Amino acid sequence: MSDAETPPETDFDPVAPNTGEEFEPVDVFPDSDDFDLRPGADSCFKCSTCDTNCPVAEVDDDFPGPKFQGPEQWRLKQSDDDHEIDDSVMDCSNCMRCDNACPSGVPLSQMHNTARGEYVSEQMDKLSVEYIRNRILANYRTSAFLASKVPRLANFAMNFGPARWVMEKTLGVTSERDFPAFAKQTFRDWWADRGGQVQSRENARAARKRRGLPEDADKKVAYFHGCYSNYNTPEVGKAMVRVYEEFGYEVVAPEQKCSGTPMFANGMLDDARRHAETNVSSMSELVDEGYRAIASCTSCSMALRQEYPELFDIDGVDKVAENTFEAVEYLRIHEDLKGEVQAADVDGDLAEEFAYHAPCHSRNQGLDRQAVELFRDLDGAEVEDVGDSCSGISGTYGWKEEKYEKSMEIGEEMFEHMEHAEGETGMTECPTCAMQMEHGSGYEIRHPLELLEAALVE
Amino acid sequence: MAIESEVLVIGGGLGGLTSALAAAREGADVRLVSYKQSTLRQASGLVDILGYTPDGDGPLTDPYEAIPSLPEAHPYRKVGVQTVRDALSLFDDAVPTYEGEHTDTNALLPTHGGSIKPTARYPAGASAGLASDTRDTLLVGIEEMVDFDAPHVAAHLDATGVPFDVRGETIRFPGDLRADAKVTRYAKLLDTNSEVAVRGRMVPAREALAQRVNPLLEDEERVGFPAILGDDNPGAIRDALGDHLGVDVFEVPMGPPSLPGLRLEDALFSALDEAGASIETGNPVVDFEGEDRIEKVFIEKNGAKIPNSADQYVLATGGFVGKGVESDRDGVYEPVFDCHVPHAADRYDWFEGELFGDHEFARYGVATDDDLRPLDASEHSEFENLRAAGSVLGGYDFAAEKSGSGVSIATGYAAGQRAAQEAR
Ligand SMILES: Cc1cc2nc3c(=O)[nH]c(=O)nc-3n(C[C@H](O)[C@H](O)[C@H](O)COP(=O)(O)OP(=O)(O)OC[C@H]3O[C@@H](n4cnc5c(N)ncnc54)[C@H](O)[C@@H]3O)c2cc1C
Ligand code: SF4
Ligand code: SF4
Repeated sequence: MSDAETPPETDFDPVAPNTGEEFEPVDVFPDSDDFDLRPGADSCFKCSTCDTNCPVAEVDDDFPGPKFQGPEQWRLKQSDDDHEIDDSVMDCSNCMRCDNACPSGVPLSQMHNTARGEYVSEQMDKLSVEYIRNRILANYRTSAFLASKVPRLANFAMNFGPARWVMEKTLGVTSERDFPAFAKQTFRDWWADRGGQVQSRENARAARKRRGLPEDADKKVAYFHGCYSNYNTPEVGKAMVRVYEEFGYEVVAPEQKCSGTPMFANGMLDDARRHAETNVSSMSELVDEGYRAIASCTSCSMALRQEYPELFDIDGVDKVAENTFEAVEYLRIHEDLKGEVQAADVDGDLAEEFAYHAPCHSRNQGLDRQAVELFRDLDGAEVEDVGDSCSGISGTYGWKEEKYEKSMEIGEEMFEHMEHAEGETGMTECPTCAMQMEHGSGYEIRHPLELLEAALVE
Repeated sequence: MAIESEVLVIGGGLGGLTSALAAAREGADVRLVSYKQSTLRQASGLVDILGYTPDGDGPLTDPYEAIPSLPEAHPYRKVGVQTVRDALSLFDDAVPTYEGEHTDTNALLPTHGGSIKPTARYPAGASAGLASDTRDTLLVGIEEMVDFDAPHVAAHLDATGVPFDVRGETIRFPGDLRADAKVTRYAKLLDTNSEVAVRGRMVPAREALAQRVNPLLEDEERVGFPAILGDDNPGAIRDALGDHLGVDVFEVPMGPPSLPGLRLEDALFSALDEAGASIETGNPVVDFEGEDRIEKVFIEKNGAKIPNSADQYVLATGGFVGKGVESDRDGVYEPVFDCHVPHAADRYDWFEGELFGDHEFARYGVATDDDLRPLDASEHSEFENLRAAGSVLGGYDFAAEKSGSGVSIATGYAAGQRAAQEAR
């Protein structure tokens, strides 16, 4: 199509992404397991906007891009029953950027997730090194659980040179990266030691009294801490609890498993479903009791909000999706967070200039500007956006030996911008983006909740 | 509680971005919310004010001169010529990488289809390619990019009678890119100037590209490429190629997906950021509360409805392409506030027989008063604190007139500025 020469309206008849009526998340295969995405594929009018958003297509000559992985592949499948999923779908990092792009509302990442699921379950050799490696990476929670029992030993062993060499050679896990350190005390251990829900109720009541709110006000949230803030960065979880209590919320930390994000990206949909079932069941009961599910990791909130209802038909899944929020987002909606931050200041450890990177999965939830805008008027700290490039690690993607170089090439723009930014401390909501930022810049990385805690909690 | 601001702009296209920028520079506390990326990624990135009259006369030399004789319902008539000028000044200030502001006269630019197009503002990268410039020209196409067939484009241009000699050559892009490589892949390679393999030797991409073109160059003084020359550093890439080749280098704007459109979008978002506005993209506004005044709107996030409230609202959700105007069997409607969209009751009256005929359909959109407030069927304003801007407006046919970006910028500016003044 040439510039304005051909009126584009004439052949444009997509499904309405926003009809003004009730917004329906695209329900692809409500009752069955056959992956029929035909309706979504048909509404693609091949404008290629999605392709301009794909960080992998930007650096990888073998990757045909989201338009091919999604609508085109589904069309091929529709016309030919024996059409096999193209193995390039394993190169998609599941950053979900293409979702945000499509003017026609094509559910791209959902298509990729289902295609990958089918590829892994039907075409991939379960004895291959790649499968085994992917499965280990995807099931980070299991490794982390074991490692957290012996954090000192694990921290040493995981980064022990010769062992890493063996891991790279035999498993294809890059030896370029340092494994994240395991905390000596997990978040859940801290939470239990501190007195769990009972203590939180007391703290919340005291805060409500301080704030002149009714002491029995119904303010309560269920924290989905995810694996990372439990095993690796409990300080983020602690900050979440303290900030919420400060606003008078009672916090619970229900039983939970991995959100499933690394499993989606590796096509391990059965694993993901098992974990999702636990998470949905514990969260949906709490939602019925008036709790809202709050996550501090943007990939976790993304999974609960969008990927679960797109991929799984589990009781209560829509209810949980509707009632899940990112931790800072929820406060922005329900409290005068902006006002409180404007009136506050920080000193000490967090009185810093931060180089902030918005994770891809925060972007899709419309949260990419949140931290920068919220802290604009905070005295003592400065948060500077380092641009809209993807960090490149995308969870497990950047851990794969064959992807490492590409992952660093994608992240290059972010590293450069970090270097040019005033601050020498990084900030992001995503634990794996944090790993990549640290790896590429050497900066220490903090979570916005930690800054919020420093500003608002005595 | 709700997320609050003084002015809330709905839609992140050219109309919404200009609106939010005008309001923020007026000192208001502004929030822009947008669902998907704008049609800028599909548009050429050129800013047309008016290329042809609604009757098809043109190309027009001076678009401003033609505005007073446009039909009364035309958005330009609502805001007036002076506002169009002020709006373009705001644009020039916010996007310093564009040219054309030195004159009222339309520039003539070669398109990737080989025609000549009248336009008011163009990216600096296109400026060495102006059709009024008499220097001989070589156009270089990339074998894999079928939508820019350089010899073909050159022949077309020649047939339009341009005052210079023009030739087209096709090359293979250096490095082993896949046959359907994305425009962003070319751009990234050139941006980072990464090394590519050329006959077994590793050469930086910019140099490798110049080496391919060099032997083809005769005595042309300028060389045009399809618009793939970088996303972050297009100026540096053009300079480097120009130095290697000893000529001026320019880009010919391309169809979707469009790098110039993408760069323009980036420039406007950073101007907005600098002006201190809040921005949220990724989720649609689906509902509102209020009778004569809009009290709140709701943003839909996977089933949750997030309330946003403001004193003044701007509706800049785009036309049929952006999904700000929709149609079904029963008629044409505006989906967010259900503002009235005047249209013929009989579907068969929407279109003409021929594909490129004078379709009424193309002019459908909300009608407004002179303050850009949408009007209901009995010509009363729908809401006292809602204004509309950009291609959600009716009364003009951007594709026929070549006025798309101009109308979005002018009405966006007017709506944003007035909303801010009222909110203060
Ligand atoms: C293929 C093509 C080529 C073009 N070429 C040229 C050219 O060469 N020169 C020229 O001057 N003009 C050109 N145009 C026209 C020009 O690009 C448009 O007129 C102009 O960009 C429209 O801007 P807009 O802001 O009004 O709408 P849009 O760009 O359509 O933006 C609307 C925005 O609103 C958002 N939105 C929609 N519904 C909602 C909702 N419910 N909630 C929140 N957000 C919502 C959309 O996601 C989108 O981001 C071209 C257009 C197209 C499509
Ligand atoms: S999810 Fe990310 S990597 Fe995968 S196709 Fe979409 S944009 Fe590309
Ligand atoms: S952005 Fe949407 S419509 Fe355009 S090519 Fe991609 S899937 Fe198709």
